[in-house]
Amino acid sequence: MSELILKLVRPLAAPAWPYALAHRAAAIVRPLIFPALILAVWQGLGSFSLIDPVLLPTPTKVLGALYEMVISGYLNPHLAISFQRVLLGFAAGSAVAIVIGALTGYSTWWRSIIDPTIHAIRTIPGLAWIPMFILWLGIDEGSKVVLIAKASFFPTYLNFMSGIARADRKLIEVGQVYRLRGVRLITKVLLPHSLPFLFVGLRQSMGVAWLVVVAAELMGASSGIGYVLLDGEMTGRAQIVMACMIVFALCGKTTDLIIARIAQRVLSWQDTVEKE
Amino acid sequence: MIDIQRLVKKFDDFTALGPLGFTFDQERILTVIGPSGCGKSTLLRLLSGLEAPTQGRIRLDGETISGPNPLISVAFQEPRLMPWLTVAQNVELAVWDRPDAERKEAVQAALVKVSLTQFADALPKQLSGGMAQRVGLARALVGSPRLLLLDEPFSALDPLTRVRMQDHLLEIVGDDGPNVLLITHDIDEAIVLSDRIIVLDGPPAQIRRDLVVDLPKPRKRSSREFQEIKELLLADLLPERIGALEEAA
Ligand SMILES: Nc1ncnc2c1ncn2[C@@H]1O[C@H](COP(=O)(O)OP(=O)(O)OP(=O)(O)O)[C@@H](O)[C@H]1O
Ligand SMILES: [Mg+2]
Repeated sequence: MSELILKLVRPLAAPAWPYALAHRAAAIVRPLIFPALILAVWQGLGSFSLIDPVLLPTPTKVLGALYEMVISGYLNPHLAISFQRVLLGFAAGSAVAIVIGALTGYSTWWRSIIDPTIHAIRTIPGLAWIPMFILWLGIDEGSKVVLIAKASFFPTYLNFMSGIARADRKLIEVGQVYRLRGVRLITKVLLPHSLPFLFVGLRQSMGVAWLVVVAAELMGASSGIGYVLLDGEMTGRAQIVMACMIVFALCGKTTDLIIARIAQRVLSWQDTVEKE
Repeated sequence: MIDIQRLVKKFDDFTALGPLGFTFDQERILTVIGPSGCGKSTLLRLLSGLEAPTQGRIRLDGETISGPNPLISVAFQEPRLMPWLTVAQNVELAVWDRPDAERKEAVQAALVKVSLTQFADALPKQLSGGMAQRVGLARALVGSPRLLLLDEPFSALDPLTRVRMQDHLLEIVGDDGPNVLLITHDIDEAIVLSDRIIVLDGPPAQIRRDLVVDLPKPRKRSSREFQEIKELLLADLLPERIGALEEAA
């Protein structure tokens, strides 16, 4: 009897791992099917000259242009300067956001003084600032970095402030019972509690920084990916424009991944379902 | 030790508690029991210094309590652990103002009391409900308080764990542990643990009965004395039941 059960069970149990593997592979492949389809159609349209290649260069042509720019070393200095602008602006903007957000999150008095003004400034469209920044800081690096810093300030500020302000009353009471005050209450309770909010803010700020660097470089620059893109447009090479679009996407994704990884490390105490 | 006089607590126009007064000195464990919403937690929050009384005062050894006090600690209905700190760090939070060596020793001793030494470095998310509650208890004990305030500490636990925790509490209190003021909804728990039971009515919270329980411990739940006290308390808490019982008889 027991042998019979074993015989029945074995063939079912044994191949479990190839199934799991196939399942995994399918999970990776599935989201790629649709883009692959689009690329194939796009390539086909171009290859059979159904679309003017000046308007829409084929994927192979775009990749070729990208490869060319990378191999020749032409892209490197532009990539570097764009990265520098984004990172400087992001660092400055989010650093100021953390300091002010901690203050207005912790103290309702400071919040009532500062927060309404910040919200008022936020309603001014970002691009409307460009002329003023150029007027004040000139057309070169200063105005671009400040523009990026200003834009990346808001997401971090809003998220971090509400994280601190909305700290769990029940945990704060624990702090009170054990007479934690001021800096100690902030470092032991408020700050860790608001870290998940902070990282949400930082990721949004980084995304905004990449959005704004394009605007800043399109407004007038002699370097940067945005400049290469604009140059591609001026010289009628759509493949260069599209290659730059890909570069921006990769840059944005990379920096986002880095912050997400750091967040995962720092927030490993969170009792949440692991998400991809 | 604790002397409460004409204590009143209002939230805006709503009187949640008082006027209420009693003293608490000899009893190892004093239990406060009463219907939901009658003001038990309010009393505990006043004792812990988390809320200020509207009128009257609470004195500890003759000194008026005006805020959280190192001699009084609290374990809440939920464990309330900091999820970003390990078990040991959570316990340490209560003795942050002690010198390093003394602090480590106190934390170790508190974890021994709740049998959680192997979990010193675990994060709260790795604990079961009962374990987390024990960490909360260790944190309340680590500073060697004179008075331990417990607000329905075992109500979220399964019945077996609850009985185990009650035994645990009796051990911890022993002869030289802190005096305990326990809030509970569980009549059996009150009778098993307490040297004195105060039944509250409310809101506003007022003393309905103040009962000394001098049965020897450990107490048998099936004993006649136990059942008599239980009937007495049930009648206090469910007065409408008396009529129904008499009709049935
Ligand atoms: N912060 C507050 N603001 C206004 N009313 C409050 C506040 N805290 C408590 N109350 C009111 O005071 C009364 C007593 O509340 P309390 O929490 O002390 O009840 P309790 O006896 O602990 O109830 P339970 O057994 O359900 O925990 C309730 O009617 C409640 O609505
Ligand atoms: Mg309560």
